[in-house]
Amino acid sequence: MTAIILAAIWGVVMMYSGIVIKNKSTAKTIALLGILALLVVNHLEYTNLWYMQADVKNMLKFTSFGYVFNYIAFGSTLIFFLLNAGEFELVGKDVYEYYALLFFILCGVGIASSFNTLLMLFLGIEIISIPLYILAGSDKRNLKSNEASLKYFLMGSFSTGIMLMGIAFLYGATGSFYIEDINVGADGFQPMLAIGLVFLLIAISFKVSAAPFHFWTPDVYDGSPTVFTSFMATIVKVASFIAFLRLFDNAFGKVHEQWQLLLALITAATLFIGNITAVFQQSVKRMLSYSSIAQAGFMLFSVYALNTFAKEGLILYSAAYSLASIGSFAVLIKVKDYSIEGFNGLAKKQPFLALMNTIFLLSLTGIPLTAGFLAKYYMLIGAVKTGHFWLPVFAVLMAAVSAYYYFRVIQAMYFKEGEADTKPTSRTFRITLLVTALLIIILGFLPNGLLKALYF
Amino acid sequence: MDAKDVLITFPELLLWFPLLSGLIAFLLVKGNGAKKWALTSSFISVAIVIASFFFTDNSKYFHLNNVSYFWMPSLGSSFALKYDGMSRMLCLLTSLAFLLVFLSTLKNEYKKPHAFYGLMLLTQSGLIGVFCTMDALAFYFFWELALIPVYFLASQWGGEKRIQATFKFFVYTFAGSLLLLLGIIYVYLHTPDSTFSLKAFMEAQLPAGHGKFVFWLFFIAFAIKMPVFPFHTWQPDTYEQSPTAVTMILSGVMVKMGVYAVLRWLLPVFPNESASFANIIIWLSAIGMIYASCIAWMQDDLKRLVAYSSIAHIGLMCAAVFTRQESGFDGVMVQMFNHGINIIGLWIVVELIEKKLGTRKISELGGLANTSPALTVFLVIIALANIALPLTNAFVGEFLMFNGLFAYGKWVTAFALISIILAAVYTLNMIQKVFYGSTGGVTGENAVSLNGGAYMALGIVVVIVFALGVYPKPLLELTSETVDFIKSRFMGGL
Repeated sequence: MTAIILAAIWGVVMMYSGIVIKNKSTAKTIALLGILALLVVNHLEYTNLWYMQADVKNMLKFTSFGYVFNYIAFGSTLIFFLLNAGEFELVGKDVYEYYALLFFILCGVGIASSFNTLLMLFLGIEIISIPLYILAGSDKRNLKSNEASLKYFLMGSFSTGIMLMGIAFLYGATGSFYIEDINVGADGFQPMLAIGLVFLLIAISFKVSAAPFHFWTPDVYDGSPTVFTSFMATIVKVASFIAFLRLFDNAFGKVHEQWQLLLALITAATLFIGNITAVFQQSVKRMLSYSSIAQAGFMLFSVYALNTFAKEGLILYSAAYSLASIGSFAVLIKVKDYSIEGFNGLAKKQPFLALMNTIFLLSLTGIPLTAGFLAKYYMLIGAVKTGHFWLPVFAVLMAAVSAYYYFRVIQAMYFKEGEADTKPTSRTFRITLLVTALLIIILGFLPNGLLKALYF
Repeated sequence: MDAKDVLITFPELLLWFPLLSGLIAFLLVKGNGAKKWALTSSFISVAIVIASFFFTDNSKYFHLNNVSYFWMPSLGSSFALKYDGMSRMLCLLTSLAFLLVFLSTLKNEYKKPHAFYGLMLLTQSGLIGVFCTMDALAFYFFWELALIPVYFLASQWGGEKRIQATFKFFVYTFAGSLLLLLGIIYVYLHTPDSTFSLKAFMEAQLPAGHGKFVFWLFFIAFAIKMPVFPFHTWQPDTYEQSPTAVTMILSGVMVKMGVYAVLRWLLPVFPNESASFANIIIWLSAIGMIYASCIAWMQDDLKRLVAYSSIAHIGLMCAAVFTRQESGFDGVMVQMFNHGINIIGLWIVVELIEKKLGTRKISELGGLANTSPALTVFLVIIALANIALPLTNAFVGEFLMFNGLFAYGKWVTAFALISIILAAVYTLNMIQKVFYGSTGGVTGENAVSLNGGAYMALGIVVVIVFALGVYPKPLLELTSETVDFIKSRFMGGL
């Protein structure tokens, strides 16, 4: 609760400091203070030391699952700020506003991880989305950025409409917005409820870019300034997944079997389209966009399986995927040419950047000893536990395909001759990158620390 | 000896030592530091393995050879290492192979030697892990970890078409590994105590009809690694394009991972399925033997010839394993070790020729016996071992394996035996064309001289060829316990 309020306040603080303080580099300091404060209050609340009392009429429900996710989201944002702060000034002149919008998104993330009614779900998702529409178009002089923003906004409003309609149907069927009341079980499962369920499924599938509702993703991710793509593809995406899992677990968990096949088809389609299309990409940025669709396919397993393994897996996956993607995007930003050829010979010119990027890409592929492996492993074990076998088999074949495009970047960096052109990197950048890579490796063989926190 | 008296167990020592020295090698950027360091480290590894042979008595030294601690409690995976006869033999092979590789390539200059030797030592660590672990998840970890450094080694220091070839290799084995992972997960979910230990896997009760499906998930992963026909297509390209030092490790040790995994995991966990699919697999292996031998005969490239001959040999091992006869198992155990040593010997000779004369084409070589008699002697001995002539080490293994195969089926044995003739044809053909005949083409008056390291490496190989050819008993005794155990899994089924 405290974190949600603080994030909203800090957004306003950021906005007004933009008027008072003219020095742009101060923005970074204020933002870092804010994100540290968010982490501290989240910790205080999680350990029950101190929290703000507020009567929320049970519309928000704070669980250890939500708190642990908040750690991941705020921690990833901290790393994101440390890695990319310098880039904000290159996007445009409204640096303080960008930070303010990011803090508003974090407020939405806090709501999405703790909502207990459909209204709060809607609010959370919208608070996340609207700042993103602006951030996607923040590079105002760039036509592609404008296109991304407009496309995202139009498509996003459609999905918002569908979500509202779904909520209306559910309200009509049960007379309540509370998700416990909607979870009526197979006996009370009536057509109106089913329609609402399908509408919500479509709307959230859009938000997490699951096929066949993924069409906006590559264009928006490609057109937006790369710093914000990095934020969109990671923290925002996993937050939507947490909302997805929370909603389907708590509101539709009892009728799991009714929609499981539908979700299996969406999962298979997402895996297929994401992986196969990524193979053909020539630009690393676009490849990472498609790879984020492919990774979403794996994360969908958590909703498909809906058991303990899958839920723990989603937490692990959020951490592994966010860290690796933020890292990989950060390296991408430092490379001047985004095409795969642009990475040729990076290992010779920037051995450190190349090594770090290799660790991130290995984690995204799911090679053992990285967090990405354990994350995939948990998802698979959850899926196999449901007793259906075809989906996991299909998923691992697609994971083998993913090795192809991730390793193409590694090949370019290490084995191809070329003069990769890079921007200079600061010391903070290098240290943060190293810490991110170490976190990935540590989570890769000791995930217990993170998972134990779920049962605090 | 009590558990608390043991500072570190042998399998741990063998696992961590190369890992540590590999990481140190990365730091030795200057001059020949990394090379010398790697050689020293591989000597020490061999010394550790040899020392471990004095502590085989499990009633006294149990805690020196076995270790297990919880690794990921929430997953039921423990870090369990066991150092039994088969592990001991394969650890010896691994350490010896790396020693031979480092010795024979002492004169080679690699760009960025610290990275090269560092990655080589990491590979060694991964391989030891595969051969010692008794926990399925840890096994999968090491199975993959042995692959990654090899991928980088082959892509960075390999031949002209290295990137495509090694990439094919990587994707092939990665796909296989992922299927294996699914199989492991599936069996794990049906174990009585929800752990990944081998014991729990053997006690797992799979639902009726699902076993055969899971069997193939495991087998395909292992078959790709071995490789068994028709999963072999990555192998000749990879062997050809990798730097020879890596090819030696790939063919000498890494392919044994597949055979080892079948013996350690597949047969004990799926005895019934192994029995019912044995026929298909044995025939596939036999077809692969003949097919690979025929192609080897037609090769003009020395490296590809050895690569195809290796497929033929592995095919026989795979067939012998699935006969589920005691002599078949014994033969495979012996042959795993001997094939590793012999093929490394062959590669050393090929490498020497290529380094000196700049070609591997059989048609361009000739008359080397006149200019380099010492090399010829070594090669002829190793080549004769390769076609399993009596008194060489390979004879024992092949004899036992064919013996097992014969007990299984006469027709398939008769069919597979053709490959022995073919092996003689292509090997002798190669010797004749490269070492005898006229000195023409690039050979000219160039002698392929042996440097000290290569001399020593080939010397070790030849000593082993004869020693184990005359007296194979130590190897058989070493692995008899493991063979008995695997055999016991089939008592009811046969």
